[in-house]
Amino acid sequence: MSEPLHYRTATDLARGLAAGETSAEEVARAVIERTQAVEPKVRAFHHRDEEDALEQARASDRRRAEGRCLGPLDGIPVGIKDVLAVEGQPLTCSSKMLENFVAPYDATVIRRLKERGAVLWGRLNMDEFAMGSSTENSAFQVTANPWDPERIPGGSSGGSAAACAAGEAILTLGSDTGGSIRQPAALCGIVGMKPTYGLVSRYGLVAFASSLDQIGPFARSVEDAALLIGAIAGHDPLDSTSYRAEIPDYAEAVRSARPPWKIGIPGEYFGEGLDPEVRAAVELAIEFYRAEGCEIIDISLPHTQYAVAVYYIIATAEASSNLARYDGVRYGHRAAEAKDAVDLYFQSRAEGFGSEVKRRIILGTYVLSSGYYDAYYLRAQKVRTLIRQDFLEAFKRVDAVLTPTSPVPAFKRGERTSDPLAMYLSDIYTISANLAGLPGISVPCGLSSGHLPIGLQLIGQPFGEAGLLGMAGHFERHHDHHLKRPPL
Amino acid sequence: MDYEAVIGLEVHVQIKTRSKMFTAAPAGFGEAPNTLVDPVVLGLPGVLPVMNHAAIEQIIRTGLMFGCSIAPVCKWDRKNYFYPDSPKNYQISQYDQPICVGGTVEIELPGPSRNVMGEHKHIHLTRIHLEEDVGKLTHFENDSLVDFNRAGTPLMEIVTEPDLRTPEEVFAFLTALRQAMVCAGISDCDMEKGQLRCDANISVRPRGETKLGTKIELKNLNSISGVRNGVTFEIERQIGIVAAGGSLTQETRRWDLEANISTPMRTKEMAHDYRYFPDPDLMPVEVDEAWKDRLRATLPELPFDRQRRLMESFGLPYTITSVVVPDRPLGEFFDAAAAAAPKQAQKIGNWIVNDLLRELSAAGRPITDSPVRPEAIVGLVGLVEEGAINSNVAKEVFVEMFRTGEAPGAIVDRKGLRQSLDTGELEAWCREAIEKNPKSVEDFRAGKENALNFLKGQVMRMSKGKANPKAVDDLLRALMAG
Amino acid sequence: MASTHPIDIDYVANLARIALTPGEKERFSRQLGDVLAYIEQLNEVDVSSVEPTAHAFPVVNVWREDEPRPGLPLEKVLANAPASREQMFVVPKVVE
Repeated sequence: MSEPLHYRTATDLARGLAAGETSAEEVARAVIERTQAVEPKVRAFHHRDEEDALEQARASDRRRAEGRCLGPLDGIPVGIKDVLAVEGQPLTCSSKMLENFVAPYDATVIRRLKERGAVLWGRLNMDEFAMGSSTENSAFQVTANPWDPERIPGGSSGGSAAACAAGEAILTLGSDTGGSIRQPAALCGIVGMKPTYGLVSRYGLVAFASSLDQIGPFARSVEDAALLIGAIAGHDPLDSTSYRAEIPDYAEAVRSARPPWKIGIPGEYFGEGLDPEVRAAVELAIEFYRAEGCEIIDISLPHTQYAVAVYYIIATAEASSNLARYDGVRYGHRAAEAKDAVDLYFQSRAEGFGSEVKRRIILGTYVLSSGYYDAYYLRAQKVRTLIRQDFLEAFKRVDAVLTPTSPVPAFKRGERTSDPLAMYLSDIYTISANLAGLPGISVPCGLSSGHLPIGLQLIGQPFGEAGLLGMAGHFERHHDHHLKRPPL
Repeated sequence: MDYEAVIGLEVHVQIKTRSKMFTAAPAGFGEAPNTLVDPVVLGLPGVLPVMNHAAIEQIIRTGLMFGCSIAPVCKWDRKNYFYPDSPKNYQISQYDQPICVGGTVEIELPGPSRNVMGEHKHIHLTRIHLEEDVGKLTHFENDSLVDFNRAGTPLMEIVTEPDLRTPEEVFAFLTALRQAMVCAGISDCDMEKGQLRCDANISVRPRGETKLGTKIELKNLNSISGVRNGVTFEIERQIGIVAAGGSLTQETRRWDLEANISTPMRTKEMAHDYRYFPDPDLMPVEVDEAWKDRLRATLPELPFDRQRRLMESFGLPYTITSVVVPDRPLGEFFDAAAAAAPKQAQKIGNWIVNDLLRELSAAGRPITDSPVRPEAIVGLVGLVEEGAINSNVAKEVFVEMFRTGEAPGAIVDRKGLRQSLDTGELEAWCREAIEKNPKSVEDFRAGKENALNFLKGQVMRMSKGKANPKAVDDLLRALMAG
Repeated sequence: MASTHPIDIDYVANLARIALTPGEKERFSRQLGDVLAYIEQLNEVDVSSVEPTAHAFPVVNVWREDEPRPGLPLEKVLANAPASREQMFVVPKVVE
């Protein structure tokens, strides 16, 4: 490997650490220095505590020296989206509402990372309360796409995607409600995965839409994503929606997976609005799988066209309720001049929330309000059933569904901020997997003529992460898209 | 014109659990503010609820106890409204699929006098559902303080049909409800601690009218006297207005405990658009027959059922059952004793109701901590029955039993209290009394019965109480006649 | 897309407890009207015999046993409070 430490994979670093070729402190220093160098351009982090990261790294080195290494993630710097609670650290969700909030407890995924010796590194920028597709809705800063600073990194986990793509962390965690991991992964040229709903505990993930949210990894290789997902997955008694599933060795699944597979291509994902260069790159990937002996099967997911509409009802309805707790009473922004408790709510929420959050709370409140529940929320939940049934029907014939991740490569900053509906349609290919609760992964599959990354998405069966990672890993093994680095 | 009130209740009862409804933070009362809270109770960003198994079991037991039908599947909904005592600004509750539907609560109305059993009625329940309690606000001149210790406590809401007609019925309903809940160990229902809280929907109409009048919701009936006085006041207030030709508008009023009046509450604008929707953080509850059977087997005999049984199998009078029954440990104490000597059940009952309860109350001890056990009462009644001691001595023995915890037979023997059956000795005492009190003898012979009592007293004193008063009476009369 | 869905923005903002400026009201009404018009397409779908999906993978009876665990220490409870007094959270006067 000629890659500098900050661009090496966790899998590779774990080998190097085990062999004594490098130390966790050295890796942490490399990542810190890289961050110091490129962060003025990328602006992925809200908060970094370099001393704390180095101390965690040194503790890892001490463990290793004493023969108490906690596994392949021990000593690996992992960046954290600012939506996951880490005890004693700020938890802002990129919102003015939580600007000064310090989490008094650990999210379950954070506890698991600590138990595995990972070096928790910083708080990563995002769309406010994970609402957005460009990270432009952050109350604090705009994160740049490392491939072109004029463009957005995708969202809502834009900080996590950009930091991983730019070598400011080895791995990062994000959350995905309608594509918030997969879309920015595609736009930043890295791997991103949303697991099956229920595979990873949501305890400590600040809720946007509870029935859709999942935590997942960003990585610069499929095997790294598998490593991180294996560390955070598994049943959690603190999350009633957490599933009791066996957790296989995902990294091993990536290494051992071999074709042929049956791959479904849904016509509905290749229609109007798909950028020709994205289409071409994804079609090349399809041809690769065909050449590998896979059966390529045309399938139909007829209710896909309703996914965005269903999503914006369910997600905003749940959000309107989830975000009611931000009222300036127990924590969070409190308006200075409130004449009574009711006024405190109105003013604190007006001042603490940004436009997109207000817009979605208003929409969600409206669709749940008296007289509209059946027409909107209940109907959306029924169409959600149909969307899910489409997939389960398709999985009788195919192992996975292959689509583009995003209809277009990274767009320019400000291009869609004035038209919420256009922004909402950026997630058109990723939303269905959330509605159906299915795992989805985005892997780099090419660069546009403008030198912008393109991602392909594989959607798998419920709790079929191992197979899905295997298919993605096989593609990666025969391509070098994931080895391309942004021109920073 | 003659008016009647139509009353339905919404009663909130805290379930007695060790931890909260949706998290492991301890449940309790009387602790320092905000010390029974955790991230879930406070509704911090990122937290999630997990159901308390025991709370679910207790509400199913409640439903089984009152003959409700238990929903095979029920789910959780969010009730959305903003209030500073609500940490998430939504309450996890059950909207359209409550866990218990229907059922009745048996109540007893006051009888014509305290010693006479009143009429029994069955009040229909609409539903019972489970939810989480909110925190507590304390209001000051310029601001309010919030303590979240109570927040998240398992709370059941019991909704009745508009079956109640008078404040006495309301009171009887709450009494019966509380006795059943305490008996089954579901709640302590202590109103002073907020474990039982009551709102009433009250309307009035001319007697004979079938249409309901305008419904007024009366809140804050959170003490025993509050319920009685509040409901009485509100009925009179409404009748006063209607009888004077006025009309009522539907509203929510608040019982002002200090001023003893109901006052209109500031109507919360659009307060009733709660935007209920299924809580995505919680999974449904499924209750099968086996689970119900298992829980049914844990239910105790209900107070009114125990009363009927005691009256029927032992012929106990209401004066005893009405004391013994409402208190489950006392009822069990009685049952244990009566089982050993069914024929003496009434005498046992008298000992418990009169002597034991008096001593316990003087000593400030609960029945569960009584130094006198059921078998000792049985023993004492037996000694009197076989003539070994008379009832006056028995009273003395009982006091000693309570003081020392000794068996009655042992006390009688130790103190030499066994009734004297030696007629020779008795005759000697009687003769001595007659000789020493010629004036009394003369009076008796002149027809003054009271004089005999004086002589009897002399004999009893000489016998140190061991003489059988009936035998003394007979012998004195015989000697003086002779 | 023309807004055919006038949303009662005052009513909804009141329910949501967010004070909106006149500009926000105008803008949100228009934008949400567009979104609602887009959502209208769901009316094409026949859902008459379809059960709603509340959970992607529903299981039942997920609970914990009634074992209490110590809560948060008081200093952490109040650490993020905008205002506190006597161990309690201070709010402006609540009008009942």
